[in-house]
Amino acid sequence: MSEVIVVTSGKGGVGKTTVTANIGCGLAMLGHKVVLVDADTGLRNLDVVLGMENRIVFDLTDVIEEKCRLRQALIKDRRFEELFMLPTAQTKDKSAVTAKDMQNICAQLREHFDYVIIDCPAGIEQGFQSAVAGAEKAIVVTVPEVAAVRDADRVVGLLEAKAEIHDPKLIINRLRVQMVQRGDMMTLEDMHDILGLELLGVIPDDERVVVATNRGEPVVTDEDSISGRAFRHIVRRMLGEPVPLMNFDHREGFLSRLRKIMGLG
Amino acid sequence: MLDFLARLLGRESPGSKDVAKERLRLVLVHDRADVSPQLLQLLKNDMVEVISKYMEIDEKGLDVTLERADNQVALVASIPVKKMKRVAHLA
Ligand SMILES: Nc1ncnc2c1ncn2[C@@H]1O[C@H](COP(=O)(O)OP(=O)(O)OP(=O)(O)O)[C@@H](O)[C@H]1O
Ligand SMILES: [Mg+2]
Repeated sequence: MSEVIVVTSGKGGVGKTTVTANIGCGLAMLGHKVVLVDADTGLRNLDVVLGMENRIVFDLTDVIEEKCRLRQALIKDRRFEELFMLPTAQTKDKSAVTAKDMQNICAQLREHFDYVIIDCPAGIEQGFQSAVAGAEKAIVVTVPEVAAVRDADRVVGLLEAKAEIHDPKLIINRLRVQMVQRGDMMTLEDMHDILGLELLGVIPDDERVVVATNRGEPVVTDEDSISGRAFRHIVRRMLGEPVPLMNFDHREGFLSRLRKIMGLG
Repeated sequence: MLDFLARLLGRESPGSKDVAKERLRLVLVHDRADVSPQLLQLLKNDMVEVISKYMEIDEKGLDVTLERADNQVALVASIPVKKMKRVAHLA
C-alpha cells in the first residue's frame, strides 16, 4: 500500500521543503521506498536541501513533455538506497505542470514507491492546485504566528473543497520554547484548539536545521540535534507508532526555575 | 519586594500569545464564513425548519448574518414572524 502525501502551508517560508526532505529521509532511513517530488516549479529548493543540485539532468517538465522517461528524471540519493527525488524545472513557471500532469505522474510513481511526498509551492493558486491534485493525504506545516495559522486554516478548507483531502495532519515548525514559556508564543494546545487538526509533531526552531541545510544533509540524520529527533519522532508517528510529543521544557532557564521556587509558575 | 520580583518575572503582564489566539479565533470565524456562504445557507434552512415548528415565519424576509463587534462575533438573525402556533399543537 503506497501513500501520496502533499506537504503544504499556504504561507511561504514556514518549512514545507525542510519538512518534505526530512520526513522523506527519515522514512528511507527506516528502509521505506520513498520518492520526493518538487512541485515548486520556477523556485525549486528540494534539490539543494537534499544536496542533489549538481546531479539534475531531466526534470518533471521534461517527463510531461515526453523528452525523457519518468525513471530517467529520478535522482537517487547517495546515502539512502531507497530515497529518490524528482526535481522540477527552475526556468519555467507553474503553468508548465497541470493538475492532470501531477495526477498522472503520481499514479505512476505510486506503483514503485511506498511513499510519494510532494513539496508544494506557497500560495493557493495554480501551483498549489496542481501540487495537491495527485495526493490523497496532506501534511499542513505552520509556525506559531497569527498570519501563518490563518493561512493554514484557509489551505485546510481548500484541500477539502478542491482536492477532497480530508483531515490533514499538522506540523508546527520553529517553535521557540523560551517564547512559549514567557507566554509570547502560542502553545500546541492553542493551535490545536484553533485548527482542530491532529498534530503530527512539533519542530523547535533550531540552528542545526540551517547548518544541515548548508551542507545538503537533512537534519533528521543528525543524531544529537533536537530538531533531528523531532523529525525522527514524526516519521515514527507516520508509521503508526504512538510516540508521545516531545517535552521541550527540560532546559529550564534560571528565571523560570526561580518563578517555580517562588510559587509563581 | 515580592511584588516587584513577581513583575520582574513576568507574572503581571500576561504574554502576547493570548492576544494572538483571540485575534486568530475571531479572524477565522469570518474567514470560514466567507469561504463558504453555503454554510450560512445550510444554517438558514435548518433554522427555518426548527422555527416553523413553533411559529409561522416569512422565509423571504429571513436574514442571517455574522456581525463583528469589538472582540466578538455574533450570529444575528432577523426573522419576521407571521403567526404563533398554539401550545397544544406542539405537545
Ligand atoms: N525548525 C527550523 N529551525 C530553524 N530554521 C528553520 C526551521 N525550519 C525551516 N527553517 C529555515 O527556514 C527557511 C525556510 O524553510 P523552507 O525553505 O523549508 O520553507 P518553505 O515553506 O519550503 O518555503 P517556500 O514557501 O519558499 O517554499 C529555510 O532557510 C530553513 O532553513
Ligand atoms: Mg519550499
